[in-house]
Amino acid sequence: MATRKHRRVGDTPLVRRTLIGLAVGMTVLLLFMPLVLIFVQAFADGWGGYISNILSEYTLHAIGLTLLVALLTVPLNLVFGVFLAWLVTRFTFPGRKLLATLIDIPFAVSPVVAGLLYLLLYGSNGWIGQWLGEHDIQLMFSWPGIVMVTVFVTCPFVARELIPLMQQHGREEEEAGVVLGASGWQLFRRVTLPNIRWALLYGVILTNARAVGEFGAVSVVSGNIRGETNTLPLQVELLYQDYNIVGAFAASSLLAGIALLTLVVKAIIEWRQSRN
Amino acid sequence: MATTDTAERPAKKLSASATKRVLPGFGLSLGISLFFISLVLLLPISGLFIRAAGMGWEEFWFVITDPRVVASYKVTALAALAASLFNCVFGLLLAWVLVRYEFPGKRLLDAIMDLPFALPTAVAGITLATLFAESGWYGQYLAELGVEVAFTPVGIVVAMAFTSVPFVVRTVQPVLEELAPEDEEAAMSLGASDLTVFRKILFPMLWPAVVTGGALSFARSLGEYGAVIFIAGNSPYVSEVISLMIFVRLEEYDFPAASAIAAVVMTVSLLLLLAINVWQGRYLKRLHGG
Repeated sequence: MATRKHRRVGDTPLVRRTLIGLAVGMTVLLLFMPLVLIFVQAFADGWGGYISNILSEYTLHAIGLTLLVALLTVPLNLVFGVFLAWLVTRFTFPGRKLLATLIDIPFAVSPVVAGLLYLLLYGSNGWIGQWLGEHDIQLMFSWPGIVMVTVFVTCPFVARELIPLMQQHGREEEEAGVVLGASGWQLFRRVTLPNIRWALLYGVILTNARAVGEFGAVSVVSGNIRGETNTLPLQVELLYQDYNIVGAFAASSLLAGIALLTLVVKAIIEWRQSRN
Repeated sequence: MATTDTAERPAKKLSASATKRVLPGFGLSLGISLFFISLVLLLPISGLFIRAAGMGWEEFWFVITDPRVVASYKVTALAALAASLFNCVFGLLLAWVLVRYEFPGKRLLDAIMDLPFALPTAVAGITLATLFAESGWYGQYLAELGVEVAFTPVGIVVAMAFTSVPFVVRTVQPVLEELAPEDEEAAMSLGASDLTVFRKILFPMLWPAVVTGGALSFARSLGEYGAVIFIAGNSPYVSEVISLMIFVRLEEYDFPAASAIAAVVMTVSLLLLLAINVWQGRYLKRLHGG
């Protein structure tokens, strides 16, 4: 039977064209043009201006700090995300659902509140902060604080990508591996990893995108010291407030580039999946 | 009844722990997960609530009902509501077009849909502010129509809508893909109009997903900060969002007030998260024939 021949809702050419036109038009206005604007503004003074904006002392320092934050945050959340996904999808125990809900908290919490949580605890008059102060350790208003809040904000991403996929795959393959005498590490590397590597890659890339781009939480604990505790998004804010619009967009273009890379990786992964 | 219950329980537990032991790493992954969640999430969160609880009820109430703070609750809630309603409509349209039609550029449209999740909020903020400023690409035409977006509460809605676009699209898309065509095709072949079939057959199956996406979009919008502050104008009582309010109190070194407001926001966020999870659980059960 040629079921494809049946008419379905919205099949008439007029409806079809109107809906596609509306969707494309609104997406261009809402999502595509903002992206174009970033690069148009960034290159408003030509290539030379762009390069000199990127290479300005404070922007360069902000790039370095942002890379450091991502370099520390991503591996930490990668390890945590994999262990949590393994725990939640491979074992049955009381409180399993609660754990899966708990890690969604950073999605629901305002980034400013996230920053405040850490400031209250580790700031100079917080419980732990006081003790740290007596031992001359400063976490807030310096880079360790920035890393801490970034870990908080980005910790769900890897686990969130892995859990649905690992649930779908089930445990049989791994259980067969155990029967055949594989060790835990061999099991993960030879059986689990090949199944989840693309989701894992996307989780890591998404974690990275959010780690380099976090603004609200970092803003609370950074203290915004130029050339010291300014990450790239904070530098964007500073330049914008200094009316250095082209500089702000030049710095933004780097972050937009990372965002675009994230979208490209996701598109490639989805394309691979649909081909299988 | 009670005796058979207790008699069965140990046996069940035994078999559960038996399957548990087939795969290695239970202790290790439980330990790492609990340690991480306690240290990164639970410790700071309980710290906030203990701080707020230590204030005394009267002071707490006084701080969280300050007229300027109350105005910021209203601005935030209304703007988030408007933004998520917009996203329900826009998201449904986008999901429909992406699932039902083939056209050139479809893959690009699908890919760019996630841009708001990947683009840093501060970048989104300055970009939207520039687009909608009086001399901006959009602002100049809107000004001719007498519409002001930048530095008004409408700007807040625009920023919130932008940052939460993907939620509805990505929750409705899979549901629309899995929809069985039989009922729809039967109704169409019996001569019902497109609109009637959509209203009577498709929408009843789609709306739970639209609501879920809308709720996620609302929750995200309530806490939005980076994208909002650049376009909002941030004038007290008119266009200050709640996240900014907390920030303002922090800059005044009024830690108790900041903690109290944050505790309110945190409680609302956690309740919302819980509600969405319960709702999703029920709805998924119904969808998969539970």
